[in-house]
Amino acid sequence: MLETVIFSLLNGLVYGLLLFLLASGLTLIFSMMGVLNLAHAGFYMLAAYFAYTISLYMGFWFGILLAPLIVGLIGGLVERYGLRQVHQFGHVPELIFTFGVAFLLEEVVQFIWGRDQLAYNKPEILEGALFTLFGADFPIYKMFMLIVSVLIFITLFLVLKHTRIGLIIRAAVGHPQVVGMLGHNVPLIFMVTFGVGTALAGLAGAIAGPVLGTYPGMASGLGGIMFVVVIFGGLGSLGGAFIASIMIGLIQTFAIAIDGSLADVLALAGIIVTEETFMYDIWSTTMPQVAPLIPYLMMVVMLIFRPTGLMGARES
Amino acid sequence: MNKFKLMLLGASSLILSAGLPAATVQAENLTIAFIDALSGPFAATGLGSGRELKHAVEKFLNGKEVAGEKLEVEFLELDGKINPKESLVQLQNAISQGAKYIFHNSGSSVGHALVGAINKHNKRNPDNRVLYLNYGAIDPALTGSKCSFWHFMIDANVDMKVSALVDEIAKDKSVKKAFIIGQDYSFGKAFSAAAKKYLADKRPDIEIVGDQLHPIGKVKDFTPYAQKILRSKADVVMTGNWGADMINLAKSVKEIGTEANIYGIYAYGPGVSAVVGESGLGKLSIVTQGHINPPNTPEWAAYTDEFLAKHPGNDMSNERTVYGVQMLGEAFVKAGSTDPLKVAFALEDLEFTTISGDKVVMRGKDHQMQMPLQVMAHAKDGLKYDFDQSGYGVITTSSIPLENNTLETSCEMQRPS
Repeated sequence: MLETVIFSLLNGLVYGLLLFLLASGLTLIFSMMGVLNLAHAGFYMLAAYFAYTISLYMGFWFGILLAPLIVGLIGGLVERYGLRQVHQFGHVPELIFTFGVAFLLEEVVQFIWGRDQLAYNKPEILEGALFTLFGADFPIYKMFMLIVSVLIFITLFLVLKHTRIGLIIRAAVGHPQVVGMLGHNVPLIFMVTFGVGTALAGLAGAIAGPVLGTYPGMASGLGGIMFVVVIFGGLGSLGGAFIASIMIGLIQTFAIAIDGSLADVLALAGIIVTEETFMYDIWSTTMPQVAPLIPYLMMVVMLIFRPTGLMGARES
Repeated sequence: MNKFKLMLLGASSLILSAGLPAATVQAENLTIAFIDALSGPFAATGLGSGRELKHAVEKFLNGKEVAGEKLEVEFLELDGKINPKESLVQLQNAISQGAKYIFHNSGSSVGHALVGAINKHNKRNPDNRVLYLNYGAIDPALTGSKCSFWHFMIDANVDMKVSALVDEIAKDKSVKKAFIIGQDYSFGKAFSAAAKKYLADKRPDIEIVGDQLHPIGKVKDFTPYAQKILRSKADVVMTGNWGADMINLAKSVKEIGTEANIYGIYAYGPGVSAVVGESGLGKLSIVTQGHINPPNTPEWAAYTDEFLAKHPGNDMSNERTVYGVQMLGEAFVKAGSTDPLKVAFALEDLEFTTISGDKVVMRGKDHQMQMPLQVMAHAKDGLKYDFDQSGYGVITTSSIPLENNTLETSCEMQRPS
């Protein structure tokens, strides 16, 4: 039992931190511009493909360094020449625009790299196990992912709290109009935030590619989870996004580790469920099967009881 | 709707026929349609098997002499998008273009739709019947409770493959615990049910320590599942997973450091072997039909070489395509006609030696091809044919004879009078 708990904790943490890398940019963009960037997960995928191609010519390290930068640049350009043009027509066209970009990215990736999974592999130095815990190996690469994610979190936190640009970004998140009236170049701030946000998603993609697989379906479903992180954590709150990411990571990992179903709980109470029992399908569904559903349930519950999210300050 | 007129009698066949005494050989037109995914996420598979099928049709059917007439084959490639509705539209399209034989590879849902539609069509249009040659939709129901006289399955069905898989596992007396994992949909469930059934039959002493379904194509990280496998102390992992779900499962199982070996049925081929790479060596076995390494006969090697020379950069991975086409050719000759009704009767209980030297039978009772199956290991060394020029491929380690794969059927065939 203990081994399961410790191992699930570690794995949940790694997955949660990866989610945070993805969602941190999204939450900044969303709270600042009021636009849910549906293409965010697409940039995550694009970076994994870039990192793969770069790694073929220049090695793994250049791959994870350059791919996020390129993707961040593309993100900035999409904001400057796409989203900003659409902005004047209101939020719905903006949303539809990012929806279109998401589709475009997925098709472009398949067009260039094909539909099969790519052999994007870890470098030799990160291959192998760091330590063995109750007979299970903990890979060096997972520790690498953990460290990178934590470093990014600390950097983001410091930049936002203790620098001038951070101050302006925080102000723009809360009160964009006021910041504009104070003479700051709000469109530029938007563009930079969008670029940095997509670059963070890119970094997540580049380091996740070798372990979670680099294939056209790698981003599917992630968009929804990221949305949950943003809503659950609260608008404009990096801290909230952090907590929400870790929670989702842990819950999803633990849900798979536990094998129980409602029928088992009922059995404890002395009620035996058989195939003839009313709604047998619901009682017999096991935790691992429900696992993907839990984050969305969390979001619904949060919206009912605390619409501002865990640490959010405003509602819209 | 690519329409390819096949190359007709080339110069070589002209020279050949000139040497024959019968000088006046008439030509007969025969239309064959291939319905599969030619666009969308599974296009790579569909286009690949289409290429192999077209090559086999050109080689074995085009120009074949049936009842004194030379066949002139027209080959239609139609995009069914692994979607039952789209596939039925394409079936109508094929029939209206005069197709008598429908080949199809991927998707049991499409298979069921085609069987239903063809049953109806043949009942209403006795003068214009079509035959369905299925070489990849392997739901056992298609040759069981839903069997049809107009359908022939040219591949081992799920039950046959899982039964063979269990045979292979049963050989190893040190195996005490098995873990079953699969994708949460009809196929994953069918695989799991079959695995449990045959384990109970053949090795009741093996304890099933896990029976897990996971959402199909949605799992990003298989580590929690791998940890469960490790914790269960399983000696073998049995899975029907394919595509990314197979690759990522194999990677996670390797990474967590279990001793368990993985037994799959789809864990090889273009786009898979290369990515599984290092992590599958010595850990991954596959049960499937046909021969890849070694090719088993010089004829099969020569055929593969010819195909690869004509389609550089592609791989040959569906030997059963050739069985289907060659068998159809034999049935034409036996029936002395290309009329689907006569050919269907001729195909029943037709015995046949494949290009790679295996004896196979098209069982008349349920139209399920009976064939030996091969156990292959994911490997790097000793390969004549790798996949995707990656150096990785599969190598045959043992064979499971036809007799062991002969299963009972629940089929009650309705034959036309």
